[in-house]
Amino acid sequence: MRTEQTISVWQNRVRMRVLSAGQGPALVYCHGPWGLNWDPFLTELAKSFTVYAPEHPGTSPGVPDDIYHLDGLWDLVLCYDELLTALKLEEVALVGHSFGGMVACELAAAVPRRVRRLTLIDPIGFWRDAEPVVNWTMLSPTDMPAYILRDPTGEAAQRMFGPTEPPEAAAAARVRLMWAMGATSKFIWPIPDKGLKKRIHRVSAPTLLIWGKEDRLVPLVYADEFTRRIPGSRLQTVDGAGHAPQVEQPERVARMVREFIGA
Amino acid sequence: MKISMFHLMPHRELPADFEKRYESVWVTPPWGELADARRVGQYYNWTIDELLFAARSGFDGVCTNEHHQNAYGFMPSPNIMGAVLAKATNGSRVAIVQMGATLPTSNPPIRVAEEYAMLDCISGGRLVAGLPLGSPMDVNFCYGITPMEHRERYREAFALTLKAWQAREIFAWNGKYTQLANVNLWPRPIQQPHPPVWVPGSGSISTFDFAVDNNVCYCFLSYSGAKAAKSMMDGYWHVVTDKGKDTNPYRAGFLQLVVVGETDAQAEEKYAKHVEYFYHKCLHWPVQYLSPPGNQDYRSLVAAVAKPLRRAEDPKTLRYRDFVEKGYVIAGSPATVRDRLKEEVIKGLNVGNLMVLLQIGSMPHELTLENIDLFARKVLPELRGEWNQEGWVNHWWPEGLRDAPAPRPSAGTVASRA
Repeated sequence: MRTEQTISVWQNRVRMRVLSAGQGPALVYCHGPWGLNWDPFLTELAKSFTVYAPEHPGTSPGVPDDIYHLDGLWDLVLCYDELLTALKLEEVALVGHSFGGMVACELAAAVPRRVRRLTLIDPIGFWRDAEPVVNWTMLSPTDMPAYILRDPTGEAAQRMFGPTEPPEAAAAARVRLMWAMGATSKFIWPIPDKGLKKRIHRVSAPTLLIWGKEDRLVPLVYADEFTRRIPGSRLQTVDGAGHAPQVEQPERVARMVREFIGA
Repeated sequence: MKISMFHLMPHRELPADFEKRYESVWVTPPWGELADARRVGQYYNWTIDELLFAARSGFDGVCTNEHHQNAYGFMPSPNIMGAVLAKATNGSRVAIVQMGATLPTSNPPIRVAEEYAMLDCISGGRLVAGLPLGSPMDVNFCYGITPMEHRERYREAFALTLKAWQAREIFAWNGKYTQLANVNLWPRPIQQPHPPVWVPGSGSISTFDFAVDNNVCYCFLSYSGAKAAKSMMDGYWHVVTDKGKDTNPYRAGFLQLVVVGETDAQAEEKYAKHVEYFYHKCLHWPVQYLSPPGNQDYRSLVAAVAKPLRRAEDPKTLRYRDFVEKGYVIAGSPATVRDRLKEEVIKGLNVGNLMVLLQIGSMPHELTLENIDLFARKVLPELRGEWNQEGWVNHWWPEGLRDAPAPRPSAGTVASRA
């Protein structure tokens, strides 16, 4: 059974809705730049863990302007630290996807004692001139799904980007998607390299990198940036998946996470 | 009525298949394939010569603006152009209308206040200070400003600029985006308390509010003409009256594309291909470049998605006659142009500060001079007297260049003078 609660942090100026379900050890999931969807991946994880999925500031319903109270990455990381305190979670397994992977890694570097295990799925946070990360805000709405998913027309795309019919539902999905991209891009514009390389050495949690082999947004070579800087970390790739392997192959990726964290 | 010539300084010789071969005229067009620095030097010189010719021909002002990384209009520093124009027009009554230097990309933003003060000093107090927000292409994609911070940066810089011009004492500015411990502008502008301020916009409600609250001239820089702008400008005037201000037409500026021939047919023959070049090539960019996520505030985003502001029709499918018929371009004989400007723009939108784009796309230098000359001789004198009878004062024009409203000549006199 899924529950939701809204936690106020940052002198009550930022309200974050947290969806949760399941039983077992605490697992916190940080979503990517396209907003939070409670999808089969989280349902699968909830069989082994108590999953907490917070929404990035500003992306919870009814509080879009909360995002204006955070001016930079340091503010955002401290917000997550406050959120965990408010949820009474001293130590968690942390999983993050894409932008959420970067946030999870920053949190694990800032407050290492809070993170028991760290799983990063196609995270951003580094930059290579020869293999630039695609700026997804420059893609047309029709092209974007093909950069993120291997099958841009399937059920996974519908889950991630919302309905295209009827018009009212499509408009609501469009607003939600645009605002989520805006509220997250605030912390990575114009290049998603905001100093993680100076802080990542502080990560002490055992770390697993999961990467879709056909990631067209953040190519697989970026896995090296993480694995060579986090001692003992390892990489598992996902065949037949792009930038969001957990969306296209939820059971397989959930199994990787479960085996790594150990329920 | 004040009528100024506006110039974009476009690339005039893009390849015929440009819009098929390249994804965008803005942000990403490859310089090496498309341009040559010596030839571009010629464009800049033509641009300056065309604006100076307009200044000598009787226009009230000359306008330049700022854009980056594009072939549609590339004056990255309008103040370099403005300096040349200011010096070369000294002794005249022509306003230097900077439309203008972009605050959110100037670091620190008092740089704009300083350069504008220089221009005001050089020109002897003839500056109109345009303070644009800047397009998302320029500010977010070319100059790296976070879309979600774009407007907030602008508003802080705007307040700092106005204070820096007017403060008598040195002050400290402890802003969110700019911190300066000793603001003490050298030079200060001649015009007191500060040069007239124009704010260009593209129809967003929050900019209407901002313009009226700050008592500036709101300028709609449109490429779709007055017909398409009608509901938008009506929205602006509603905000003006709602906030208890008068409907002085000089509170509004409007940019209109204009081509003048001896006859309607001659205008088509001379200008059709340049107009089509402008709409097909110079405005060729992916639609998502106009609003990167976070650039619009949430309220505007919801409104835009529910009812898209952008025209539904694709200008690439239109031809010269469509552009003329729909009012994107006002074209034809001097009488046609005069009547349409008067009816659709000046009276239709209640506009006192008119800007006309007379060099359009691929239009060559000689033809541009012809267009300027015909407009200046046969259209401008017939429009100049508009609004005089109503007695409005143009508070948004350099005080030294404001003419006292003179009694309007009778229609018969105007016609005989033409």
